Amino acid sequence: MCRIGAIKSKNYLHPSKALYLMRSQQKGHDNSGFAMVMQDLGGVFENYKDLPILSLACTDRGMKIADDILHEAGFVRMMQWTPEVHPRDWLKIEPMPNYIFEVVQYPKSYKYASKDEKEELLVDMRLKIRQALEENHEGYVYSFWPDVITLKEIGDPTDIGEYFGLWEENDELKAKIITAQCRQNTNYDIVRYAAHPFFLQGYTALANGENTFYEKNKNFQEKLYKGYIGFESDSQCFLYTLHYIHKILKWPLIYYKHVITPLPFEDIEKREDREVLKKIRASLAHLEINGPNTIIGVLPDGTLFTCCDSKKLRPVVVGYTDDTVIITSEVTGINELLPERNWEKDIYPHEREMVVINNNLEVERWQQ
Amino acid sequence: MATMRVNELAKDDFFWQIEYKHDRCTLCGRCVAACPFKAIEARVERRRKVVSDDITPNPKVIFQTVPVIKQVVNEYNFCRGCGICEKVCPNDAIRPVRNPDHRFQAKYRSVTGDPFKRGGRNNLVTSARTLDKIKIGRISQMTDPSLDAQRHTFDLLAPFGRVLPPQEIPFEIKDGKLVEREHTPPVRWIYPIIIGDMSIGALSWRMWEALAIATAYLNEEAGIPIRMCTGEGGVPVRLLKSRYLKYMILQIASGHFGWNRIINAMPEMVEDPAGILIKIGQGAKPGDGGLLQAKKVAKHIQEIRGVPKADLLSPPNHQGLYSIEESVQKMFLSFNAAFKFRVPVAIKVAASATSVSVYNNLLRDPYNIVGGFFLDGIDGGTGAAHEISLDHTGHPIVSKLRDCYLAAVHQGKQGQIPLWAAGGMGKGWNLAADAFKMICLGANGIFTGKLMLQLAGCVGNDNGKCNACNTGLCPVGICTQNPILVKRLDIDKVAENIVNYFLSVDHELKKLMAPIGNSSLPVGRSDALIATDKAVADRLKIQYAC
Ligand code: SF4
Ligand code: SF4
Repeated sequence: MCRIGAIKSKNYLHPSKALYLMRSQQKGHDNSGFAMVMQDLGGVFENYKDLPILSLACTDRGMKIADDILHEAGFVRMMQWTPEVHPRDWLKIEPMPNYIFEVVQYPKSYKYASKDEKEELLVDMRLKIRQALEENHEGYVYSFWPDVITLKEIGDPTDIGEYFGLWEENDELKAKIITAQCRQNTNYDIVRYAAHPFFLQGYTALANGENTFYEKNKNFQEKLYKGYIGFESDSQCFLYTLHYIHKILKWPLIYYKHVITPLPFEDIEKREDREVLKKIRASLAHLEINGPNTIIGVLPDGTLFTCCDSKKLRPVVVGYTDDTVIITSEVTGINELLPERNWEKDIYPHEREMVVINNNLEVERWQQ
Repeated sequence: MATMRVNELAKDDFFWQIEYKHDRCTLCGRCVAACPFKAIEARVERRRKVVSDDITPNPKVIFQTVPVIKQVVNEYNFCRGCGICEKVCPNDAIRPVRNPDHRFQAKYRSVTGDPFKRGGRNNLVTSARTLDKIKIGRISQMTDPSLDAQRHTFDLLAPFGRVLPPQEIPFEIKDGKLVEREHTPPVRWIYPIIIGDMSIGALSWRMWEALAIATAYLNEEAGIPIRMCTGEGGVPVRLLKSRYLKYMILQIASGHFGWNRIINAMPEMVEDPAGILIKIGQGAKPGDGGLLQAKKVAKHIQEIRGVPKADLLSPPNHQGLYSIEESVQKMFLSFNAAFKFRVPVAIKVAASATSVSVYNNLLRDPYNIVGGFFLDGIDGGTGAAHEISLDHTGHPIVSKLRDCYLAAVHQGKQGQIPLWAAGGMGKGWNLAADAFKMICLGANGIFTGKLMLQLAGCVGNDNGKCNACNTGLCPVGICTQNPILVKRLDIDKVAENIVNYFLSVDHELKKLMAPIGNSSLPVGRSDALIATDKAVADRLKIQYAC
């Protein structure tokens, strides 16, 4: 099983926190990979909040391909940061030759473009780069978005931390929201893209579980938006549904739960909004999930949430202090990072609940 | 030497031959009385007998006239092999025996100059069915636990009605909640199995009533929200004005039989019907109209349908409809408007190589008016049909359903016009398995007809046994209006059998959903299926397993 976790804090955190969070849960996964998304960045990226950052793992040629594409589209490089790597023979890791986090300026022609236009451009560019890299087997592009970096790696999480020098805190890499997951994909081939968290246009999702409606979800999602591609993991579907509900349909977040785990008809009939719920259920039947799942998600505004499948077949726990909230698979993770918190306030969300953390770090519990 | 009468009909020409055991027969006459086809009769035969009346053997030959039961030999009173004679005989003295060397159809046509007609089943395809070559191969375990069929709750409901894509639902946000701004097409959530359209007329009034009773009972007592489609031919006015109408899908076909009375009853309806089904075609006689022969048009049928006693032929198409667009308009104008847009209106067509184009076209319908696409495959149909249609025209349902579903997937419109498919559902006696597999292949639900007749005691089968539904002489009272034959049907027993069958189907559906870990219907979950036949796997785009 995967172990997943998210930390959201009022202060900038170093990714070592995510590594510690995950390491304490390592009995629950198979040490085959580690991935994380950092949002609301500090450190070297702090001064570039509005500019898109390309997160890339690639060969030398891949780097050139990506640069050429960006260049051709009119993007201008503002800053590039690459982690210092520490290769050792005994490290269980399958690294790529280069890891690049590149901050770019929008093309001049986009000076007066709307937010939406820019956001579409970023998706188009990422898809284009992804395709070009894929054709030549030259690398992976994980995200292309302002204030977000993504790292995904195959291998033992401890060794991955070692390789990138992430165990030691420093001021280079910092963020207020970090989501992370341990384990590579089991359902299909090991594909770097298949590691959670998944990211699209400011939305992040990671999940622990199995989506038995994967084929239904996928068949439906493929037609909904150009960015819904890949489907290397059945959990990717959760991200796309989140994006679709919230970004494309512009429905309030509470309806995410109504779509993926609709109430039984018996319960729907008892509610005042039954007509609306039945409409949603009919219309989006193909986005329902079945099977055991816990989902953690982040919205573009930094809102963090978690919810489970309708039978609550996978664990998740929320623990918090005044300036930090952690959502993760096992309570040991929270104990490791927030030993002083009031653990009586820990929340174990139930099957009909969403736990939502806003940017003031207020923890809300929404009942479906 | 006398002329050889080789061209005359002989017992050897028949599908069925009566095997009669003279020595067991007590001449009670029950078989003769019971045979609705008058295929047997009491006759006398002159028999040679050897007797001895003395104390010591003293054999004498005498000739005696004895009464016997004999098979009738003509083109009209031929034995259908229904076996009623055997059922009523207290002494095992009589039974029909299949004659593998029959040549009856040739004889029949050459004598009557008329196509051979019958009801019942497609009699050619008796090999393993496609659905039987498909198994449910994805069983949840370990990381993805299967559910407990007894303990967990399952949502076994399917939509009937036009489902709008989310961006077209007129939602607006008020206080963080979605609310509907205006009317949208009605969608009813019903059981994924519908009792399929068999008309009152084709069925005896008692059979039809038994179905209606079972439907009401299943809804009100058993909590299974099943719907029944009336078939073309109208509905008794008492039912139209009753609250049970809400379980009935009213059908209109090209003959429009019975619609006058439905329309006249509208002001007095206390409930809306469950839906309207416009029948364009059906599986057993694709491209051909319905056929109710005059012998079945009894007085009460004349009343319900508003017709004189005559052969009732529904034209093959709806007069005045020459395109899909027109048919959509017709639904739009007449039926939706008539029921003030509160009742879903669906369409039923015969599965055909072209059904996908029709479905594609409907999916693009700008009025959002088609509330369901009912597809009826080659194994569908009761009533009467030309044998040539029953056996030789039509399209198997499984691949056509799949084609339609995948066409919708291709357009990104799956689920918007719910797919319902039938034609041989429950032929292997297991409706739940068939329903489940069809749903995994993309159906929202299925409809079933002939199985209901089997549950009622139909003695016919797919090997040409009985199949006399067209004759008005159904030996068990299911497909006849003859008051004596109809009395053979025990309404309560039939209703009870149907209810019980659905209770078990409901249980079995859950038993199939649980191991794949689904608590709601697995529409389109073809990944749960495997085919043990490579050709089937390739055609349906599911996994092949051996
Ligand atoms: S099998 Fe049926 S049709 Fe044939 S003789 Fe017996 S009762 Fe009559
Ligand atoms: S028993 Fe009645 S319903 Fe069944 S095949 Fe014979 S005539 Fe048709």
